[in-house]
Amino acid sequence: MDQLIHLLGYSFVQNAIAAGIVIAIVSGIVSRFVVARNMAFAVHALAELGFTGSAGAILVGVSPVIGLMAGTTITALFIGTLGVRVRERDAVVGVVMAFGLGLGVLFLTLYPHYATEAIAILFGTITGVSTSDVVLLLAIGAFTLVTLAVVYRPLTFATVDPDVAEARGVPVRGLAIVFLLIMAAAVAEAVQVVGVLLILTLLITPGASAERLTARPGRAAVYSVAIALTCVLGGILLALVTNVAVSVYVTSLSFVLYLGSRFLVGPTLLGREQRRSDLVR
Amino acid sequence: MAEPEPRLSVRFEAATLDYHDRRVWGDLSLEFREPSFVAILGPNGSGKTSLLRVILGLTPLSSGTVEVLGEAPRRGNAGIGYVPQHQSFDQDLPLRGRDLVQLGIDGHRWGVGRPSAADRRRVSEVIEAVEATPYADAPIGRLSGGEQQRLRIAQAIVGDPRLLLCDEPLASLDLRHQQEITELIGSWQKRIGRTVLFVTHDVNPILNLVDRVLFVVNGRWAAGTPDEVLTSERMSDLYGSHVDVMRVHGRILVVSESTGSGFELEEPHHLPEIHAGSGSGSGGDARKAR
Repeated sequence: MDQLIHLLGYSFVQNAIAAGIVIAIVSGIVSRFVVARNMAFAVHALAELGFTGSAGAILVGVSPVIGLMAGTTITALFIGTLGVRVRERDAVVGVVMAFGLGLGVLFLTLYPHYATEAIAILFGTITGVSTSDVVLLLAIGAFTLVTLAVVYRPLTFATVDPDVAEARGVPVRGLAIVFLLIMAAAVAEAVQVVGVLLILTLLITPGASAERLTARPGRAAVYSVAIALTCVLGGILLALVTNVAVSVYVTSLSFVLYLGSRFLVGPTLLGREQRRSDLVR
Repeated sequence: MAEPEPRLSVRFEAATLDYHDRRVWGDLSLEFREPSFVAILGPNGSGKTSLLRVILGLTPLSSGTVEVLGEAPRRGNAGIGYVPQHQSFDQDLPLRGRDLVQLGIDGHRWGVGRPSAADRRRVSEVIEAVEATPYADAPIGRLSGGEQQRLRIAQAIVGDPRLLLCDEPLASLDLRHQQEITELIGSWQKRIGRTVLFVTHDVNPILNLVDRVLFVVNGRWAAGTPDEVLTSERMSDLYGSHVDVMRVHGRILVVSESTGSGFELEEPHHLPEIHAGSGSGSGGDARKAR
C-alpha cells in the first residue's frame, strides 16, 4: 500500500490515471452502441488498421498516437462509405482490414530498428504515454464525449428502431457514419490501455455486461461506464504494484465482471426491476 | 375556425414514381380528407411502401406533386405517425416498451435529453390507451409479437398525429393478434377522426374499417370505396387479364386464372398497353383523373 501511494506521486502514474478515466468513460458509452449495432468486427478492423497507422507514423517519425488516430479514421470512412447495407458491411470490413494489415506489415519491415513502439501499440502502454500524448488523448476524449452527447438520442433511436427513426426524419445513414467516426476515436483511445489485440475487452464487454443488469437504457449506460472505469483503473493500479502488463488485468477484470453480471448479479437485479414495476401497476 | 371542407390529409396530383427507369406507378391523382381509413392494396413490389416513403418525404416523386397535411412532404413531419411491419427486437436489448414510446416523442431530437414529467405522463396515458401497461416496463425483446405491435402503435400515436401510416402492421402476427391490432387502430381513428393509410396485401382483416381503397398494380391504380374498386370488372381492367373478385363468408378473394387465391397475384405477362391512370378513381374522395 505504501508503495502504491508512493507511486501515485509520479507524473507518469498521474498521466495514466487521467487518461484512463477519460478512456473508460468513452469506452463505456460507445460499447453499448457497438453491442446493440453488432459492430464487434468493425471495432477489430479499426484497431488493427490503427496499428497500421501508428506503424506508418513511427516510420516517418510522427507520434504513434496521431498515426493511430489517422488509421482508425480513414478506416471508418472506408467502411462508412462502402458498407451501406448490413450484409455488405462485414464484407467491406474484411476486405479493408486485410489490405490495411498488409500495409502495416510493410511499414514494420521498412523500419530499420526493432519497432518497440509499434509492438507496444499491439498490447497497450498506458503507463508509458508521454504528457503530450495524454493531452492529446484528453482532447480526443472530450471531443468524442461532446459529439456523443449531441447525437445520443437520435443515435439510440436509429440503433434500436431504424425504420421508424427514418420515418421520423432521423438521418439514419449519416448517423451511421458519425458513429463510425466516434468508434474510430474510441478505438484510438482504448488502444492506449489494452492495445490493438485486446481492444474488444473495453469496446464490447462493458456494454455486453451492462445489458445483463438492466432493461433501462439510461441505467445501462451508467453501469457500462462503471464497469469500464473499474477495469481500467483497477488494471492500472494492479499493474503498478505487480509486474504484469495493464492489459492482462483489464481483460481479466472485464471477463470476471461479465460473468458476474450475467450469472450472479444480473438475474437478481433484473428480477428486482421487474418486481418493482409489478408494484407500480 | 369553421372549415367548409374536411381537412385535407394527402393529395396527389399527376404523381409518378420511377425506379431505375421502371415505372412504379404513374399519373396518380387523388386525395384523402379527414376522417378516412384507406387500405392501400396490391401485389408485392407494386409500390405500396414507396407511396408511404413519398408521403414521409424520404423518396421524391419523379414528376407531379404531392401535398401532405397542406404542405410539401418533408422528413420528420411531426403530423405523421408511422407503424412498421412487425420485426422482433433482440431479447437482450436494454429497452422497455416505455422507452420505445418515449422515442416516439423526442427520439429525433438532438442531445441526451431526459423526459419531462409531462412527457412521462403522456407516455403512460398512451400505453394505458393501448392496454399495454402490464408489460410496458419489461424488456421489449421478451414480449410477444402482438404486445410489441401494441407498443409500436402507442409510439406512433403518442405525438397525436393527424395522419397515421401503417406498413403491413399485421404481417407475421397470428389471427387473434391481427384482430386486436386492427381494432386498436380502428378505434383510435374513429375516436379522434384522423386519417389512416394502411398498406396491406390482404384487405380482409380490416375490411369492416375501410372506407377507401387504393389498389396499385403494374404501374396502374384504382381508387374509391371497396365496393367500387374490388369488383371483377375493375380488377380485370387493372391487371389487364381476367380476374374474379369473389365474396365468400364476408371475405374478399381476388382470383386470377393463372394463379392461386389472395391478393398476391403474380404480375400478368403480356400486359395490354393501358394508359397509366385509366382505372382511376370513380367516386368518393378520389378525384377523377382528368
